[in-house]
Amino acid sequence: MIDKIMRILNRYGYVYLQGLWGTIWLSVVTITFATVLGTVIALIKMSKIKPAQWVINIYIEIIRGTPMLLQMYFFWLVLPKYMPFEVSDTQSILVALILNASAYIAEVIRAGIQAVDGGQTEAALSLGLSSRNTFFRVVLPQAVKNILPAMGNEFIVMIKETALASTFFIPELMTSYKTVQSATFLPIPALTIAGVIYLVLTFILTRGIGVLERRLRSNER
Amino acid sequence: MSDNITIQGSPMEQWKPIIKVENLHKSFGSVEVLKGISTTFYEGETVAIIGASGGGKSTFLRCINRLEQPTKGRILFDGADLADRKTDIAKYRQRIGMVFQHFNVFPHLTCIDNITLAPVLEKKIPKERAQKQAEELLARVGLSDKRDEYPTRLSGGQKQRLAIVRALAMEPEVMLFDEPTSALDPEMVKEVLDVIKSLSESGMTTLIVTHEMGFAREVADRLLFIDEGVICEEGSPKQVLDRPQNERTRQFLSKVL
Repeated sequence: MIDKIMRILNRYGYVYLQGLWGTIWLSVVTITFATVLGTVIALIKMSKIKPAQWVINIYIEIIRGTPMLLQMYFFWLVLPKYMPFEVSDTQSILVALILNASAYIAEVIRAGIQAVDGGQTEAALSLGLSSRNTFFRVVLPQAVKNILPAMGNEFIVMIKETALASTFFIPELMTSYKTVQSATFLPIPALTIAGVIYLVLTFILTRGIGVLERRLRSNER
Repeated sequence: MSDNITIQGSPMEQWKPIIKVENLHKSFGSVEVLKGISTTFYEGETVAIIGASGGGKSTFLRCINRLEQPTKGRILFDGADLADRKTDIAKYRQRIGMVFQHFNVFPHLTCIDNITLAPVLEKKIPKERAQKQAEELLARVGLSDKRDEYPTRLSGGQKQRLAIVRALAMEPEVMLFDEPTSALDPEMVKEVLDVIKSLSESGMTTLIVTHEMGFAREVADRLLFIDEGVICEEGSPKQVLDRPQNERTRQFLSKVL
């Protein structure tokens, strides 16, 4: 087994490197856009604009109630067909990834903000703070502590979900596995290599977020 | 204002109105909590607001700095109607401090930063000057050694004293206390009441919703008994506590005294 893995790495290491790069790229783009979009969605949901809230609620229900793979197929079929400009497979899949992740991140952010004790807002307002300062100087810093751990989980889920893009042969780690196994006919070693790379990736992220969390917490206790 | 009046019981003193409440109503959905409250608060006086739970006394206090939006009525303060949605309430909140039952100190800021936050952000006071003032305030309530601690390390009584000086840092003209000792362990009640008492004696206009009848008797110039959304009775502590005129006041006092 070990020697088979070594042989594959020798010969096809670059395929995995390309795959790793694809996975990181897809994840970073998804996380970045989804964090921004998710924040906006969370703010709209907490606002008092009723029609906007309905739209957001329907969107979140659809995303949460259907499989990620189905959503990818949907955008992969619909976007190239109905968009006035050319849409690549990768772009369609990215749209699916971002819209999916945004819904979950929005819920994480909303829950984190609403978990801050209402008395904090009242105290800040009673001192004469503007609603802007109340939110950014009092509520948000406390919400971040609620949001961060859950956000870390979402990021890890997202990294793993990019693997579904292999269904559409978007370059990323699972696609690398498919390429290598069809060239070598050694599916188990080829899959093991991909698995170890995913593990290293998520392990680094988990630890990074853990450090950040502890640093925030050491402030208070 | 021109309509200075003389209150019975303090014949030599001239009292100037500072807050005038006219026909204040507040409903939560279909439940009417305040049913037309009218009263005037005078500069430098200490008013204790007493009454049974759910009678509307906290809601009344929270309407004054519009933490609750009144449904009807006026609250006049320095020529502005605080009950009016169009009034820029943040500006007036800077002049009306508030202390809460559950302290609501900011857990993500050190004690000194709790105090300087609002003066630096909203009054644009230079950080150094604000810190110097905050240090003086901390000393005044015996918290100098907690300057750089986070509030999670403080006891309930210490948190409440911090909350009081946090409000005082804005140099308010009126202080509102909403059951400031109700969430405290019994041995910490006195240290907080002592701070409020010295504040009251220094001439701060003080409105306090409280269940501490002994304290109300000792410190208040005037008592308001609020029940079922109206002021049932008001007068000096002696009048209200010893010779209540209203049947509901008598019933309430028979339970708490």
